[in-house]
Amino acid sequence: MKFTGKVHKFGADVDTDVIIPARYLNTFDPVELAKHCMEDADAEFPTKVKAGDIIVADKNFGCGSSREHAPIAIKGAGVSCVIARSFARIFYRNAINTGLPILECDTAIDAINSGDEVEVDLDLGQVRNLRTGEVYEAAPFPPFMQEIMAKGGLINYIKDKR
Amino acid sequence: MGMTVSQKILAAHAGKEFVAPGELLNCKLDVVLGNDVTAPVAIAEFEKLGMEQVFDQEKIVLVPDHFTPNKDIKSAEQSKIMRDFARKLGIKHYFEIGAMGIEHCLLPEQGLVLPGDLIIGADSHTCTYGALGAFATGVGSTDMAAGMATGEVWFKVPESIKFIYYGEMPRWLSGKDLILHTIGDIGVDGARYMSMEFTGEVISRLSIDNRFTMANMAIEAGGKNGIIAADDITREYVEQRARRPYTIYQSDPDADYFEIREYDVSKMEPVIAFPHLPENTRPVSKATGVSLDQVVIGSCTNGRLEDLQIAASLLKGKKVHPEIRLLVFPGTQQIYLDALRRGYIETFIEAGAVVSTPTCGPCLGGHMGILAKGEKALATTNRNFVGRMGHPESEVYLASPAVAAASAIKGRITAPWEV
Repeated sequence: MKFTGKVHKFGADVDTDVIIPARYLNTFDPVELAKHCMEDADAEFPTKVKAGDIIVADKNFGCGSSREHAPIAIKGAGVSCVIARSFARIFYRNAINTGLPILECDTAIDAINSGDEVEVDLDLGQVRNLRTGEVYEAAPFPPFMQEIMAKGGLINYIKDKR
Repeated sequence: MGMTVSQKILAAHAGKEFVAPGELLNCKLDVVLGNDVTAPVAIAEFEKLGMEQVFDQEKIVLVPDHFTPNKDIKSAEQSKIMRDFARKLGIKHYFEIGAMGIEHCLLPEQGLVLPGDLIIGADSHTCTYGALGAFATGVGSTDMAAGMATGEVWFKVPESIKFIYYGEMPRWLSGKDLILHTIGDIGVDGARYMSMEFTGEVISRLSIDNRFTMANMAIEAGGKNGIIAADDITREYVEQRARRPYTIYQSDPDADYFEIREYDVSKMEPVIAFPHLPENTRPVSKATGVSLDQVVIGSCTNGRLEDLQIAASLLKGKKVHPEIRLLVFPGTQQIYLDALRRGYIETFIEAGAVVSTPTCGPCLGGHMGILAKGEKALATTNRNFVGRMGHPESEVYLASPAVAAASAIKGRITAPWEV
Protein backbone atom coordinates (compact mmCIF):
# COMPACT_ATOMS: atom_id res chain seq x y z
CA MET A 1 0.00 0.00 0.00
CA LYS A 2 1.22 3.49 -0.95
CA PHE A 3 -0.12 6.89 0.07
CA THR A 4 0.80 10.44 -0.88
CA GLY A 5 -0.51 13.36 1.11
CA LYS A 6 0.04 16.63 2.88
CA VAL A 7 1.33 16.50 6.45
CA HIS A 8 -0.46 17.81 9.54
CA LYS A 9 2.07 17.66 12.37
CA PHE A 10 1.25 17.26 16.06
CA GLY A 11 3.34 16.97 19.24
CA ALA A 12 3.84 14.24 21.85
CA ASP A 13 1.18 12.37 23.87
CA VAL A 14 -1.78 13.26 21.62
CA ASP A 15 -4.55 11.57 23.62
CA THR A 16 -7.80 10.08 22.35
CA ASP A 17 -9.78 12.84 24.11
CA VAL A 18 -8.06 15.27 21.77
CA ILE A 19 -8.48 13.01 18.72
CA ILE A 20 -12.22 12.81 19.40
CA PRO A 21 -13.60 14.45 22.57
CA ALA A 22 -15.98 12.34 24.67
CA ARG A 23 -18.77 14.88 24.21
CA TYR A 24 -19.17 13.49 20.67
CA LEU A 25 -19.13 9.81 21.60
CA ASN A 26 -22.91 9.51 21.57
CA THR A 27 -22.54 8.31 17.97
CA PHE A 28 -20.05 6.21 16.00
CA ASP A 29 -20.96 7.57 12.58
CA PRO A 30 -17.59 8.30 10.85
CA VAL A 31 -18.98 11.41 9.10
CA GLU A 32 -20.22 12.91 12.39
CA LEU A 33 -17.01 12.03 14.27
CA ALA A 34 -14.83 13.46 11.48
CA LYS A 35 -16.43 16.88 11.98
CA HIS A 36 -14.74 17.07 15.40
CA CYS A 37 -11.53 15.13 14.77
CA MET A 38 -8.54 16.79 16.55
CA GLU A 39 -10.57 19.94 17.20
CA ASP A 40 -9.30 20.44 20.77
CA ALA A 41 -5.71 20.50 19.44
CA ASP A 42 -6.45 22.48 16.26
CA ALA A 43 -9.97 23.85 15.86
CA GLU A 44 -9.50 24.23 12.09
CA PHE A 45 -8.28 20.68 11.47
CA PRO A 46 -11.71 19.22 10.55
CA THR A 47 -12.21 21.86 7.82
CA LYS A 48 -8.67 22.04 6.45
CA VAL A 49 -7.89 18.29 6.32
CA LYS A 50 -8.19 16.83 2.79
CA ALA A 51 -8.69 13.25 1.68
CA GLY A 52 -5.34 11.46 1.63
CA ASP A 53 -3.62 13.81 4.09
CA ILE A 54 -1.19 12.34 6.59
CA ILE A 55 -0.90 12.92 10.35
CA VAL A 56 2.64 13.03 11.73
CA ALA A 57 3.06 13.06 15.51
CA ASP A 58 5.65 12.60 18.22
CA LYS A 59 5.72 9.84 20.87
CA ASN A 60 2.76 7.99 22.45
CA PHE A 61 0.12 8.97 19.87
CA GLY A 62 -3.38 7.86 20.89
CA CYS A 63 -2.77 7.52 24.63
CA GLY A 64 -5.69 7.37 27.04
CA SER A 65 -9.11 5.94 26.35
CA SER A 66 -9.77 2.75 24.38
CA ARG A 67 -12.38 4.44 22.19
CA GLU A 68 -12.26 3.04 18.68
CA HIS A 69 -14.02 6.26 17.73
CA ALA A 70 -10.48 7.73 17.54
CA PRO A 71 -9.27 5.73 14.51
CA ILE A 72 -12.83 5.90 13.10
CA ALA A 73 -12.73 9.72 13.30
CA ILE A 74 -9.27 9.90 11.70
CA LYS A 75 -10.33 7.59 8.87
CA GLY A 76 -13.60 9.49 8.55
CA ALA A 77 -11.65 12.73 8.11
CA GLY A 78 -9.95 11.15 5.08
CA VAL A 79 -6.52 10.76 6.67
CA SER A 80 -4.66 8.04 4.79
CA CYS A 81 -1.98 7.23 7.34
CA VAL A 82 -0.62 8.20 10.76
CA ILE A 83 3.14 8.28 11.28
CA ALA A 84 4.36 8.65 14.87
CA ARG A 85 7.50 8.18 16.91
CA SER A 86 5.48 5.66 18.92
CA PHE A 87 1.84 4.72 19.49
CA ALA A 88 -0.01 4.00 22.73
CA ARG A 89 -0.84 0.32 22.96
CA ILE A 90 -4.64 0.30 22.62
CA PHE A 91 -4.61 2.81 19.75
CA TYR A 92 -2.00 0.67 17.96
CA ARG A 93 -4.26 -2.39 18.26
CA ASN A 94 -7.35 -0.45 17.24
CA ALA A 95 -5.65 0.99 14.15
CA ILE A 96 -4.58 -2.45 12.97
CA ASN A 97 -7.95 -4.01 13.81
CA THR A 98 -9.91 -1.33 11.94
CA GLY A 99 -7.54 -0.99 9.01
CA LEU A 100 -6.13 2.50 9.67
CA PRO A 101 -2.57 2.43 8.27
CA ILE A 102 0.02 3.46 10.86
CA LEU A 103 3.79 3.56 10.90
CA GLU A 104 6.38 4.07 13.66
CA CYS A 105 9.31 6.02 12.25
CA ASP A 106 11.69 7.93 14.49
CA THR A 107 13.74 9.75 11.85
CA ALA A 108 10.72 10.92 9.84
CA ILE A 109 9.26 12.75 12.83
CA ASP A 110 12.26 15.05 13.26
CA ALA A 111 12.64 15.83 9.57
CA ILE A 112 9.05 16.30 8.39
CA ASN A 113 7.15 19.56 8.86
CA SER A 114 3.52 20.55 8.59
CA GLY A 115 2.64 21.23 4.95
CA ASP A 116 5.27 18.86 3.51
CA GLU A 117 4.10 16.37 0.89
CA VAL A 118 5.15 12.85 1.82
CA GLU A 119 4.85 9.45 0.21
CA VAL A 120 4.41 6.40 2.44
CA ASP A 121 5.12 2.87 1.25
CA LEU A 122 3.69 0.52 3.90
CA ASP A 123 5.05 -2.65 2.29
CA LEU A 124 8.63 -1.34 2.26
CA GLY A 125 8.18 0.56 5.53
CA GLN A 126 9.46 3.75 3.85
CA VAL A 127 8.51 7.40 4.17
CA ARG A 128 9.68 9.81 1.44
CA ASN A 129 9.60 13.57 1.94
CA LEU A 130 8.72 14.90 -1.52
CA ARG A 131 9.92 18.40 -0.57
CA THR A 132 13.45 17.32 0.29
CA GLY A 133 13.65 13.93 -1.42
CA GLU A 134 14.83 12.33 1.82
CA VAL A 135 13.75 8.76 2.61
CA TYR A 136 13.20 7.44 6.14
CA GLU A 137 13.06 3.76 7.06
CA ALA A 138 10.45 2.40 9.48
CA ALA A 139 10.40 -0.97 11.21
CA PRO A 140 8.07 -3.38 9.38
CA PHE A 141 5.07 -4.91 11.20
CA PRO A 142 5.24 -8.52 12.44
CA PRO A 143 3.83 -10.91 9.79
CA PHE A 144 0.83 -11.72 11.99
CA MET A 145 -0.28 -8.08 12.02
CA GLN A 146 0.49 -7.63 8.32
CA GLU A 147 -1.92 -10.49 7.67
CA ILE A 148 -4.70 -8.74 9.65
CA MET A 149 -4.05 -5.48 7.79
CA ALA A 150 -3.94 -7.24 4.42
CA LYS A 151 -7.41 -8.66 5.12
CA GLY A 152 -8.66 -5.14 5.92
CA GLY A 153 -8.96 -5.61 9.68
CA LEU A 154 -9.63 -8.17 12.38
CA ILE A 155 -13.26 -8.96 11.50
CA ASN A 156 -12.40 -10.00 7.94
CA TYR A 157 -9.43 -11.96 9.26
CA ILE A 158 -11.68 -13.93 11.63
CA LYS A 159 -14.31 -14.41 8.90
CA ASP A 160 -11.70 -16.00 6.63
CA LYS A 161 -10.51 -18.31 9.40
CA ARG A 162 -13.98 -19.61 10.17
CA MET B 1 14.01 -18.98 34.07
CA GLY B 2 10.91 -18.20 36.11
CA MET B 3 7.82 -16.27 35.07
CA THR B 4 6.06 -13.18 36.37
CA VAL B 5 2.46 -13.41 37.56
CA SER B 6 1.37 -11.81 34.26
CA GLN B 7 3.31 -14.36 32.19
CA LYS B 8 1.79 -17.20 34.22
CA ILE B 9 -1.79 -16.07 33.62
CA LEU B 10 -1.19 -15.61 29.88
CA ALA B 11 0.55 -19.00 29.66
CA ALA B 12 -2.33 -20.73 31.46
CA HIS B 13 -4.85 -19.21 29.06
CA ALA B 14 -2.78 -20.14 25.99
CA GLY B 15 -2.35 -23.75 27.14
CA LYS B 16 1.42 -23.35 27.49
CA GLU B 17 3.93 -24.24 30.21
CA PHE B 18 6.12 -21.21 29.58
CA VAL B 19 5.81 -17.95 27.68
CA ALA B 20 8.47 -15.29 27.14
CA PRO B 21 8.08 -11.53 26.59
CA GLY B 22 7.52 -10.73 22.91
CA GLU B 23 5.80 -14.04 22.16
CA LEU B 24 2.48 -13.77 20.28
CA LEU B 25 -0.28 -15.87 21.82
CA ASN B 26 -3.88 -16.73 21.20
CA CYS B 27 -5.51 -16.74 24.62
CA LYS B 28 -8.85 -17.94 25.98
CA LEU B 29 -10.86 -15.29 27.78
CA ASP B 30 -12.73 -15.48 31.08
CA VAL B 31 -14.57 -12.17 30.73
CA VAL B 32 -15.33 -9.79 27.83
CA LEU B 33 -16.62 -6.36 28.93
CA GLY B 34 -18.22 -3.42 27.14
CA ASN B 35 -20.09 -0.22 27.97
CA ASP B 36 -22.65 2.07 26.33
CA VAL B 37 -19.96 3.91 24.34
CA THR B 38 -17.85 0.97 23.16
CA ALA B 39 -20.29 -1.98 23.00
CA PRO B 40 -22.53 -0.51 20.24
CA VAL B 41 -19.46 -0.31 17.95
CA ALA B 42 -18.51 -3.86 18.96
CA ILE B 43 -22.05 -5.12 18.33
CA ALA B 44 -21.98 -3.63 14.81
CA GLU B 45 -18.65 -5.41 14.15
CA PHE B 46 -19.96 -8.66 15.71
CA GLU B 47 -22.96 -8.55 13.39
CA LYS B 48 -20.66 -8.32 10.36
CA LEU B 49 -19.42 -11.79 11.28
CA GLY B 50 -22.93 -13.15 10.67
CA MET B 51 -22.89 -15.15 13.89
CA GLU B 52 -26.08 -15.95 15.79
CA GLN B 53 -24.61 -16.22 19.26
CA VAL B 54 -21.66 -15.16 21.41
CA PHE B 55 -19.11 -17.74 22.56
CA ASP B 56 -20.59 -17.86 26.08
CA GLN B 57 -23.54 -15.80 27.33
CA GLU B 58 -22.21 -15.95 30.89
CA LYS B 59 -18.80 -14.48 30.05
CA ILE B 60 -19.94 -11.23 28.43
CA VAL B 61 -20.57 -8.26 30.73
CA LEU B 62 -22.40 -5.18 29.43
CA VAL B 63 -22.67 -2.06 31.60
CA PRO B 64 -24.37 1.18 30.53
CA ASP B 65 -22.35 3.59 32.68
CA HIS B 66 -20.83 6.36 30.56
CA PHE B 67 -23.76 8.51 29.40
CA THR B 68 -26.41 7.02 31.69
CA PRO B 69 -29.01 7.78 32.88
CA ASN B 70 -29.03 8.78 29.22
CA LYS B 71 -28.07 12.40 28.68
CA ASP B 72 -29.59 12.86 25.22
CA ILE B 73 -31.41 11.07 22.42
CA LYS B 74 -28.25 9.86 20.67
CA SER B 75 -26.86 8.30 23.85
CA ALA B 76 -30.26 6.72 24.55
CA GLU B 77 -30.06 5.11 21.10
CA GLN B 78 -26.58 3.76 21.94
CA SER B 79 -27.81 2.27 25.20
CA LYS B 80 -30.78 0.75 23.39
CA ILE B 81 -28.48 -1.03 20.92
CA MET B 82 -26.71 -2.66 23.86
CA ARG B 83 -29.91 -3.43 25.78
CA ASP B 84 -31.58 -5.02 22.74
CA PHE B 85 -28.48 -7.09 21.99
CA ALA B 86 -28.29 -8.31 25.60
CA ARG B 87 -31.96 -9.33 25.60
CA LYS B 88 -31.89 -10.97 22.17
CA LEU B 89 -28.82 -13.07 22.88
CA GLY B 90 -29.59 -13.74 26.55
CA ILE B 91 -26.43 -12.05 27.86
CA LYS B 92 -26.51 -12.94 31.55
CA HIS B 93 -24.56 -10.01 32.97
CA TYR B 94 -26.29 -6.95 31.63
CA PHE B 95 -26.80 -4.30 34.31
CA GLU B 96 -29.70 -1.90 33.80
CA ILE B 97 -29.58 1.40 35.67
CA GLY B 98 -30.77 0.70 39.19
CA ALA B 99 -28.50 -2.34 39.29
CA MET B 100 -25.76 -0.64 37.34
CA GLY B 101 -22.56 0.85 38.69
CA ILE B 102 -19.37 2.24 37.19
CA GLU B 103 -18.11 -0.89 35.46
CA HIS B 104 -14.73 -1.14 37.21
CA CYS B 105 -16.33 -0.77 40.64
CA LEU B 106 -19.18 -3.09 39.71
CA LEU B 107 -17.48 -6.18 38.26
CA PRO B 108 -15.24 -6.90 41.27
CA GLU B 109 -18.12 -6.18 43.67
CA GLN B 110 -20.33 -8.68 41.82
CA GLY B 111 -17.62 -11.36 41.87
CA LEU B 112 -17.48 -11.38 38.06
CA VAL B 113 -13.70 -10.95 37.92
CA LEU B 114 -11.45 -13.17 40.01
CA PRO B 115 -7.77 -13.87 40.67
CA GLY B 116 -6.03 -15.61 37.78
CA ASP B 117 -8.63 -14.50 35.23
CA LEU B 118 -7.82 -13.20 31.77
CA ILE B 119 -10.11 -10.27 31.04
CA ILE B 120 -10.49 -7.86 28.14
CA GLY B 121 -12.74 -4.84 28.28
CA ALA B 122 -13.54 -2.20 25.69
CA ASP B 123 -12.59 0.45 28.22
CA SER B 124 -9.03 1.46 28.97
CA HIS B 125 -9.50 1.22 32.75
CA THR B 126 -10.21 -2.51 32.53
CA CYS B 127 -6.70 -2.81 34.01
CA THR B 128 -8.38 -2.12 37.41
CA TYR B 129 -9.02 -5.85 37.97
CA GLY B 130 -5.28 -6.47 38.18
CA ALA B 131 -5.74 -5.47 41.83
CA LEU B 132 -7.24 -8.95 42.34
CA GLY B 133 -4.29 -10.75 40.72
CA ALA B 134 -6.03 -11.05 37.35
CA PHE B 135 -4.57 -10.12 33.96
CA ALA B 136 -6.95 -7.45 32.73
CA THR B 137 -6.42 -5.07 29.85
CA GLY B 138 -8.30 -2.50 27.82
CA VAL B 139 -8.96 -3.07 24.13
CA GLY B 140 -11.03 -1.44 21.41
CA SER B 141 -14.47 -2.38 20.19
CA THR B 142 -13.25 -4.63 17.36
CA ASP B 143 -11.22 -6.71 19.80
CA MET B 144 -14.30 -6.87 22.00
CA ALA B 145 -16.35 -8.08 19.01
CA ALA B 146 -13.76 -10.75 18.23
CA GLY B 147 -13.68 -11.73 21.91
CA MET B 148 -17.47 -12.03 22.06
CA ALA B 149 -17.48 -14.16 18.90
CA THR B 150 -14.57 -16.49 19.55
CA GLY B 151 -13.77 -16.27 23.27
CA GLU B 152 -10.17 -15.68 22.25
CA VAL B 153 -7.88 -12.78 21.55
CA TRP B 154 -4.28 -12.33 20.42
CA PHE B 155 -1.72 -10.93 22.83
CA LYS B 156 1.94 -10.10 22.75
CA VAL B 157 3.42 -11.20 26.07
CA PRO B 158 4.56 -7.95 27.74
CA GLU B 159 7.78 -7.21 29.56
CA SER B 160 7.20 -6.44 33.25
CA ILE B 161 8.34 -3.57 35.43
CA LYS B 162 8.39 -4.37 39.14
CA PHE B 163 7.57 -1.52 41.51
CA ILE B 164 8.54 -2.04 45.16
CA TYR B 165 6.99 0.27 47.78
CA TYR B 166 8.50 0.22 51.25
CA GLY B 167 8.43 2.25 54.47
CA GLU B 168 5.67 3.46 56.75
CA MET B 169 2.62 5.02 55.03
CA PRO B 170 2.11 8.58 56.34
CA ARG B 171 -1.34 9.41 57.76
CA TRP B 172 -2.91 10.96 54.63
CA LEU B 173 -1.19 8.94 51.92
CA SER B 174 -3.35 6.68 49.74
CA GLY B 175 -3.08 4.33 46.79
CA LYS B 176 -3.92 7.31 44.57
CA ASP B 177 -0.80 9.14 45.76
CA LEU B 178 1.40 6.08 45.21
CA ILE B 179 0.22 5.63 41.63
CA LEU B 180 0.35 9.36 40.80
CA HIS B 181 3.88 9.49 42.22
CA THR B 182 4.82 6.48 40.08
CA ILE B 183 3.34 8.00 36.90
CA GLY B 184 5.13 11.26 37.71
CA ASP B 185 8.36 9.29 37.98
CA ILE B 186 8.16 7.18 34.80
CA GLY B 187 5.91 9.37 32.62
CA VAL B 188 2.72 8.74 30.68
CA ASP B 189 4.49 6.28 28.39
CA GLY B 190 6.96 4.96 30.97
CA ALA B 191 5.35 1.52 30.95
CA ARG B 192 4.10 1.54 27.36
CA TYR B 193 3.17 -2.01 26.24
CA MET B 194 4.39 -3.32 29.61
CA SER B 195 3.00 -4.98 32.69
CA MET B 196 3.26 -2.95 35.92
CA GLU B 197 3.63 -5.23 38.92
CA PHE B 198 3.06 -3.53 42.27
CA THR B 199 4.83 -5.20 45.22
CA GLY B 200 6.47 -4.58 48.57
CA GLU B 201 5.51 -4.30 52.22
CA VAL B 202 3.34 -1.24 51.59
CA ILE B 203 1.29 -3.07 48.96
CA SER B 204 0.93 -6.16 51.14
CA ARG B 205 -0.71 -3.96 53.80
CA LEU B 206 -2.73 -1.86 51.35
CA SER B 207 -6.53 -2.18 51.41
CA ILE B 208 -8.32 -3.67 48.43
CA ASP B 209 -9.97 -0.32 47.55
CA ASN B 210 -6.56 1.38 47.41
CA ARG B 211 -5.22 -1.49 45.31
CA PHE B 212 -8.04 -0.98 42.78
CA THR B 213 -7.04 2.70 42.53
CA MET B 214 -3.43 1.79 41.77
CA ALA B 215 -4.16 -0.88 39.15
CA ASN B 216 -6.81 1.41 37.61
CA MET B 217 -4.22 4.01 36.61
CA ALA B 218 -1.63 1.64 35.07
CA ILE B 219 -2.96 2.76 31.68
CA GLU B 220 -2.01 6.34 32.61
CA ALA B 221 1.64 5.24 32.42
CA GLY B 222 0.91 3.44 29.13
CA GLY B 223 0.82 0.04 30.85
CA LYS B 224 -0.83 -2.97 29.26
CA ASN B 225 -1.88 -4.11 32.70
CA GLY B 226 -1.27 -3.35 36.34
CA ILE B 227 -1.17 -6.28 38.70
CA ILE B 228 -0.91 -7.12 42.40
CA ALA B 229 -0.47 -10.82 43.12
CA ALA B 230 -3.39 -12.11 45.18
CA ASP B 231 -2.88 -12.57 48.94
CA ASP B 232 -5.00 -12.86 52.10
CA ILE B 233 -6.51 -9.39 51.59
CA THR B 234 -7.57 -10.41 48.08
CA ARG B 235 -8.90 -13.74 49.29
CA GLU B 236 -10.99 -12.06 51.97
CA TYR B 237 -12.52 -9.78 49.32
CA VAL B 238 -13.27 -12.43 46.67
CA GLU B 239 -14.29 -15.35 48.85
CA GLN B 240 -17.68 -13.90 49.72
CA ARG B 241 -18.33 -12.95 46.07
CA ALA B 242 -16.88 -15.72 43.88
CA ARG B 243 -19.34 -18.15 42.33
CA ARG B 244 -16.72 -20.13 40.42
CA PRO B 245 -13.23 -21.47 41.18
CA TYR B 246 -10.22 -19.17 40.80
CA THR B 247 -6.45 -19.52 40.73
CA ILE B 248 -3.86 -17.54 42.66
CA TYR B 249 -0.54 -16.99 40.89
CA GLN B 250 2.68 -15.52 42.28
CA SER B 251 5.74 -14.30 40.40
CA ASP B 252 8.71 -16.66 40.59
CA PRO B 253 11.74 -15.41 42.55
CA ASP B 254 13.83 -15.78 39.38
CA ALA B 255 11.30 -14.08 37.09
CA ASP B 256 12.85 -11.66 34.63
CA TYR B 257 11.98 -7.95 34.85
CA PHE B 258 12.64 -5.21 32.31
CA GLU B 259 13.25 -2.91 35.26
CA ILE B 260 12.82 -2.76 39.04
CA ARG B 261 11.97 0.56 40.73
CA GLU B 262 11.81 1.15 44.48
CA TYR B 263 10.00 3.88 46.38
CA ASP B 264 10.30 4.85 50.04
CA VAL B 265 6.78 6.04 50.89
CA SER B 266 7.57 7.26 54.42
CA LYS B 267 8.49 10.81 53.29
CA MET B 268 5.85 11.06 50.56
CA GLU B 269 3.11 13.69 50.57
CA PRO B 270 -0.27 13.48 48.85
CA VAL B 271 0.29 14.10 45.13
CA ILE B 272 -1.46 16.45 42.69
CA ALA B 273 -1.28 15.93 38.92
CA PHE B 274 -1.43 19.31 37.20
CA PRO B 275 -2.98 19.90 33.77
CA HIS B 276 -2.78 18.43 31.18
CA LEU B 277 -1.07 15.09 31.79
CA PRO B 278 -1.17 12.68 34.77
CA GLU B 279 2.66 12.80 34.80
CA ASN B 280 2.72 16.51 35.79
CA THR B 281 2.86 15.70 39.49
CA ARG B 282 3.73 17.86 42.49
CA PRO B 283 3.49 17.25 46.23
CA VAL B 284 0.39 18.92 47.69
CA SER B 285 2.45 21.44 49.69
CA LYS B 286 3.74 22.85 46.37
CA ALA B 287 0.23 23.12 44.94
CA THR B 288 -1.83 24.75 47.67
CA GLY B 289 -2.29 28.12 45.97
CA VAL B 290 -4.48 26.95 43.10
CA SER B 291 -8.09 28.19 43.45
CA LEU B 292 -10.88 25.95 42.18
CA ASP B 293 -14.45 26.06 40.84
CA GLN B 294 -15.42 22.41 41.16
CA VAL B 295 -14.40 19.29 43.07
CA VAL B 296 -15.38 15.80 41.92
CA ILE B 297 -15.16 12.76 44.21
CA GLY B 298 -15.88 9.41 42.61
CA SER B 299 -15.16 7.48 39.35
CA CYS B 300 -13.72 4.04 38.65
CA THR B 301 -10.52 5.31 40.25
CA ASN B 302 -11.87 6.60 43.59
CA GLY B 303 -15.60 5.90 43.88
CA ARG B 304 -15.40 3.09 46.43
CA LEU B 305 -16.58 2.96 50.03
CA GLU B 306 -13.19 3.69 51.58
CA ASP B 307 -12.83 6.73 49.30
CA LEU B 308 -16.21 8.06 50.41
CA GLN B 309 -15.42 7.27 54.04
CA ILE B 310 -12.23 9.39 53.97
CA ALA B 311 -14.02 12.26 52.22
CA ALA B 312 -16.91 12.11 54.70
CA SER B 313 -14.54 12.06 57.68
CA LEU B 314 -13.08 15.40 56.51
CA LEU B 315 -16.42 16.96 55.53
CA LYS B 316 -18.26 15.94 58.70
CA GLY B 317 -19.69 19.06 60.34
CA LYS B 318 -18.05 21.34 57.76
CA LYS B 319 -19.36 23.30 54.77
CA VAL B 320 -18.23 23.25 51.18
CA HIS B 321 -16.63 26.60 50.27
CA PRO B 322 -19.33 28.92 48.83
CA GLU B 323 -17.48 29.26 45.50
CA ILE B 324 -17.05 25.50 45.06
CA ARG B 325 -19.39 22.99 43.46
CA LEU B 326 -18.75 19.60 45.10
CA LEU B 327 -20.03 16.54 43.21
CA VAL B 328 -19.91 13.06 44.75
CA PHE B 329 -20.37 9.93 42.62
CA PRO B 330 -20.57 6.60 44.47
CA GLY B 331 -19.22 3.81 42.23
CA THR B 332 -22.16 1.40 42.46
CA GLN B 333 -25.65 1.15 43.89
CA GLN B 334 -24.25 -1.05 46.68
CA ILE B 335 -21.54 1.48 47.54
CA TYR B 336 -24.20 4.21 47.49
CA LEU B 337 -26.39 2.18 49.87
CA ASP B 338 -23.50 1.34 52.19
CA ALA B 339 -22.46 5.01 52.26
CA LEU B 340 -26.06 5.98 53.00
CA ARG B 341 -26.35 3.51 55.89
CA ARG B 342 -23.06 4.71 57.36
CA GLY B 343 -24.18 8.34 57.23
CA TYR B 344 -21.64 9.49 54.62
CA ILE B 345 -24.32 10.64 52.19
CA GLU B 346 -25.98 12.70 54.91
CA THR B 347 -22.59 14.26 55.68
CA PHE B 348 -22.05 15.16 52.01
CA ILE B 349 -25.49 16.70 51.60
CA GLU B 350 -25.26 18.63 54.87
CA ALA B 351 -21.89 19.97 53.76
CA GLY B 352 -23.49 21.24 50.57
CA ALA B 353 -22.40 18.58 48.07
CA VAL B 354 -24.38 17.11 45.17
CA VAL B 355 -24.62 13.31 45.38
CA SER B 356 -25.29 11.55 42.07
CA THR B 357 -26.33 8.11 40.92
CA PRO B 358 -23.28 6.13 39.69
CA THR B 359 -22.06 7.32 36.27
CA CYS B 360 -18.77 8.02 34.49
CA GLY B 361 -20.40 11.39 33.57
CA PRO B 362 -18.03 14.23 34.43
CA CYS B 363 -14.79 12.21 34.44
CA LEU B 364 -14.76 12.13 30.65
CA GLY B 365 -16.68 15.35 30.09
CA GLY B 366 -19.79 13.43 29.18
CA HIS B 367 -22.46 15.00 31.40
CA MET B 368 -23.26 15.83 35.06
CA GLY B 369 -20.60 18.40 35.87
CA ILE B 370 -19.10 19.86 32.68
CA LEU B 371 -16.65 22.75 33.06
CA ALA B 372 -16.99 26.15 31.38
CA LYS B 373 -14.13 27.96 29.67
CA GLY B 374 -11.36 28.84 32.12
CA GLU B 375 -12.80 26.83 35.04
CA LYS B 376 -10.66 24.63 37.26
CA ALA B 377 -11.64 21.35 38.85
CA LEU B 378 -9.87 19.07 41.25
CA ALA B 379 -11.00 15.49 40.74
CA THR B 380 -10.30 12.04 42.14
CA THR B 381 -10.60 10.76 38.55
CA ASN B 382 -7.81 9.47 36.33
CA ARG B 383 -7.21 11.88 33.43
CA ASN B 384 -6.55 15.59 33.15
CA PHE B 385 -6.12 15.84 29.39
CA VAL B 386 -7.12 18.99 27.45
CA GLY B 387 -10.92 19.22 27.45
CA ARG B 388 -11.31 16.07 29.53
CA MET B 389 -14.04 17.51 31.79
CA GLY B 390 -15.50 20.07 29.43
CA HIS B 391 -14.27 23.18 27.64
CA PRO B 392 -10.85 22.78 25.98
CA GLU B 393 -9.66 25.76 28.03
CA SER B 394 -10.79 24.29 31.38
CA GLU B 395 -8.35 22.55 33.72
CA VAL B 396 -8.40 19.32 35.76
CA TYR B 397 -6.13 18.56 38.72
CA LEU B 398 -5.99 14.93 39.87
CA ALA B 399 -5.74 13.99 43.55
CA SER B 400 -6.87 11.63 46.31
CA PRO B 401 -10.29 11.75 48.03
CA ALA B 402 -8.68 13.27 51.16
CA VAL B 403 -7.17 16.15 49.18
CA ALA B 404 -10.44 16.56 47.26
CA ALA B 405 -12.53 16.86 50.44
CA ALA B 406 -10.07 19.29 52.06
CA SER B 407 -9.93 21.38 48.86
CA ALA B 408 -13.73 21.52 48.64
CA ILE B 409 -13.84 23.04 52.12
CA LYS B 410 -11.10 25.63 51.48
CA GLY B 411 -11.91 26.48 47.86
CA ARG B 412 -8.33 25.92 46.74
CA ILE B 413 -5.97 22.96 46.58
CA THR B 414 -5.49 22.05 50.23
CA ALA B 415 -3.58 19.41 52.17
CA PRO B 416 -5.84 17.20 54.34
CA TRP B 417 -4.00 18.23 57.50
CA GLU B 418 -5.04 21.87 56.96
CA VAL B 419 -8.73 21.26 57.74
